[in-house]
Amino acid sequence: MSTRGGPDIRLRGGQAMRLRGLIRKEFLQIVRDPSSIAIAFLMPFFLLLLFGYGVSLDADRVPIALVAEAPSPDSADFMAALQGSHSFAPRVMASMPEAEEALLKGEVHGIVRLRADFPRRLRLPEGAPVQVIVNGVDANTARLVLGYVEGAWGNWLAARAAGQGQELKLPVALQTRIWFNSEVKSRNYLVPGLVAIIMTLIGALLTALVMAREWERGTMEALMVTPVSMTEVLLGKLVAYFTLGTGGMLLTVGLAVWLFEVPLRGSFWVLWMCASLFLLAALGMGLTISTLARSQFVAGQIALIATFLPAFLLSGFIFDIGSMPAGVQVITQAIVARYFVAIVQTLFLAGDVWSVIVPNALALTVLAAIFLTITWKKSRKRLD
Amino acid sequence: MDRILVADSLAKSFQVGKRRVVALDGVSLAIRPGAVTGLIGPDGAGKTTFMRLAAGLLVPDGGRIEVLGLDTTRNSLQVQAALGYMPQRFGLYEDLTVQENLDLYADLQGVPRSERPARYAELMHMTGLAPFSGRLSGRLSGGMKQKLGLACTLVRAPRLLLLDEPTVGVDPVSRRELWAIVDRLVCGEGMSVLLSTAYLDEAERCAEVILLHEGRVLDQGDPAAMSARLAGRTWAVTGPGRRPRQVQAELAGRPGVVDALVQGEHVRVVTEAAEPPVGLDGLEVRATPPRFEDCFVDLLRCRGRTDHAARAGGNPVDRAWTPAGAGRTEGAVIEVRGLERRFGEFKAVAGIAFSIRRGEIFGLLGANGAGKTTTFRMLCGLLPASAGHLEVAGLDLRHAAAAARGRIGYMSQKFSLYGNLSVAQNLDFFARVYGLAGAALRKRLDWALAEFDLAGHAEQLSGDLPLGYKQRLAMACALMHRPEIIFLDEPTSGVDPLARREFWQRINGLARQGVTVLVTTHFMEEAEYCDRLAIMAAGRILALAEPAAIKAMARSPEHPEPSMEDAFIRLVEDTVEAPA
Repeated sequence: MSTRGGPDIRLRGGQAMRLRGLIRKEFLQIVRDPSSIAIAFLMPFFLLLLFGYGVSLDADRVPIALVAEAPSPDSADFMAALQGSHSFAPRVMASMPEAEEALLKGEVHGIVRLRADFPRRLRLPEGAPVQVIVNGVDANTARLVLGYVEGAWGNWLAARAAGQGQELKLPVALQTRIWFNSEVKSRNYLVPGLVAIIMTLIGALLTALVMAREWERGTMEALMVTPVSMTEVLLGKLVAYFTLGTGGMLLTVGLAVWLFEVPLRGSFWVLWMCASLFLLAALGMGLTISTLARSQFVAGQIALIATFLPAFLLSGFIFDIGSMPAGVQVITQAIVARYFVAIVQTLFLAGDVWSVIVPNALALTVLAAIFLTITWKKSRKRLD
Repeated sequence: MDRILVADSLAKSFQVGKRRVVALDGVSLAIRPGAVTGLIGPDGAGKTTFMRLAAGLLVPDGGRIEVLGLDTTRNSLQVQAALGYMPQRFGLYEDLTVQENLDLYADLQGVPRSERPARYAELMHMTGLAPFSGRLSGRLSGGMKQKLGLACTLVRAPRLLLLDEPTVGVDPVSRRELWAIVDRLVCGEGMSVLLSTAYLDEAERCAEVILLHEGRVLDQGDPAAMSARLAGRTWAVTGPGRRPRQVQAELAGRPGVVDALVQGEHVRVVTEAAEPPVGLDGLEVRATPPRFEDCFVDLLRCRGRTDHAARAGGNPVDRAWTPAGAGRTEGAVIEVRGLERRFGEFKAVAGIAFSIRRGEIFGLLGANGAGKTTTFRMLCGLLPASAGHLEVAGLDLRHAAAAARGRIGYMSQKFSLYGNLSVAQNLDFFARVYGLAGAALRKRLDWALAEFDLAGHAEQLSGDLPLGYKQRLAMACALMHRPEIIFLDEPTSGVDPLARREFWQRINGLARQGVTVLVTTHFMEEAEYCDRLAIMAAGRILALAEPAAIKAMARSPEHPEPSMEDAFIRLVEDTVEAPA
């Protein structure tokens, strides 16, 4: 038989004990629930492998067809230049019909055609035309092929001129230097951006789901009738999923740096701080959703549409915000992930650029505060 | 303090779809300390709403409710610190062990660590869970989960314990154990308990009962005294050479008869006045002591529900129809031998055998998890059997499942209707699925609307129907294609006693027309309405006989007239002692 203290004594003394109990419960559940582990650790792993190895926005060994209608030393020289570039995997073909068929079948993404009179016209003042046909279905690759062929052409001319002891006379010469991501590897900016996607998954999706599960299984009703306050229930979730989210972040950053060799030029501690801010905002979103939706299905739907997809598409993770239509750019202001993506990409590739980090970190702080306040105000200890 | 809980003109309503549902409509009552008070009423009477209001989880629309002198809305935290509440579905964390669940609630309730070992030991002893303390609570049986829920609620002894339908879906053995725990808390620890239940036989175990119906208090008082009011109005009627079901069909709905119910070999009759039912030819009538259910039905019928009663009393299936395959005379319609179903390591059905005759009402009785629903699904061809022979309407389900399904009707446990279709659209859909079209379809639709008194609701969305109507609609849908066999899976769970009576009238009518009826139930008294009965536990059939014979198995010098529940418990205990 327990002592019969008045209710007030229990209310005051037990807060630490209740919180400890709740946090321990959350961790036990995370450890035993395969779906939390999957979302927190397996999913980041697969996303990383996918974006690290699978998805690439670079032109790397793009198959193209080379058609020289009348082979000559000049055409052979030009083709050797293309074959030497790691951007292309050229296939020499004898005739245009053959190349066109390969294009139709999707075996090559473009055709470079040198007409029979190529060597002759090359020596005329108006120059020789090179025909480039690209498959415009995949607009991105098409533009890449065009650009690279042009570049290859310019290089070839310059090399040719140098070989003849002359200087290529062009009115304007382009001198290119690439900063921050000097190898222009898309992986180097995709992988850091993934940190934001993974933390959105853990913070918003997983948290919304586990809260809704408490309603669905009736555990919320049983919790509510104990002297626990809603703030304590929310804090319990916050602590547990904050830890899980930090784990996911460390895993992603570790893999990015050691497996994918993405340079981390900024300070790790600044990254940690900003990630924590972002995680709080994501958790705030997840908990806000859970105050609206009490079934896992609805919570999952809302979380996907309101947090995960925008983080994927509108955060600047893949698609550059600056090149979006003005209306969409305005919408991205409300996407929490965009502020974090900006910070992560800067920290990884450029370094501690305070003029980027500080305003974005402030935006994260404000959003986190807004979402957590909404949750705290909205969740009353009532069933209706 | 002489009153531990006081409610004064308490009102609460909810918005359900487009309908405003009144859950509580001016409830005033008081509960005395140190006793078990029963909150009795069918589903939807407002029991759970009342419990949640008492626990401070809902805010009343009007009136007030005080627990231990504290207003539950304004001082909800203090109230919650002083009372224990076990919701209907106690939310155990299924991926936590028994011990971890207890620890969590001990932390939440602020039980000092020094007091825990003693309290845990006491609770484990009380609930018999000690051997399972390391088991994940999701792996416990229904009865054990319920006991663990109770233990978590009791981890700090509350002054008032609220139990919301603690015995629903729990096997009779666990039900007795739960009651033993409650009695111990009240007698040994002086706790006050408010317990809600839809089982009317449990009312007799309470010191005081409150009858709740459609959000209002019908009556409050000592259950024995309430039953005593019906003294002289209750009778047992037998008709030599006639089946009780025929006798009941004759008696029900007669003027002066409030209730007629098959009870074993006789029909229990409640009359309006203290006189035996009149105008009976060749029936033997003797007086029998009243019980609580008689009183409840009498009260409900007095409150203008007589329209139902009159209809139910008549012969509901008078617009007769002939089920497909009627008139055939072969013996067994359903033949099952050595039927098994495994889910991984687990044997949900472990080798059962029975055969059912045409026009028979065959009951499967067992607690949740006994294997009833799995058996049903295999019989309907919804789930392939792992082993054994299965023949329905002369067709082997292994080869001709689709053909067999055309000749059976199935009403599933949760009444799987399309909630956003109207009543008529649901009927139309189910009829078309079974291939009805044109004039035959229209005729059958008219029949269903008339037969099940749904004509007035034809355009209403079925999701907005009250439970009793949903149940009728589900049964109508299952009968659209004139099946010769109908499977009813827990058709009466959650339905009030009057609707239940009406439902059984319909089943009897079907059987009279030659439809074979297979029904599962966990209501012991419903087992008595069946012609034959199989009692199931842990995937096996423990006994298969007529109800009277099953009860006779439990007869002993101490128990000259055992009830179906006694028989059930006896059978289960015998099996545990001598595993097959």
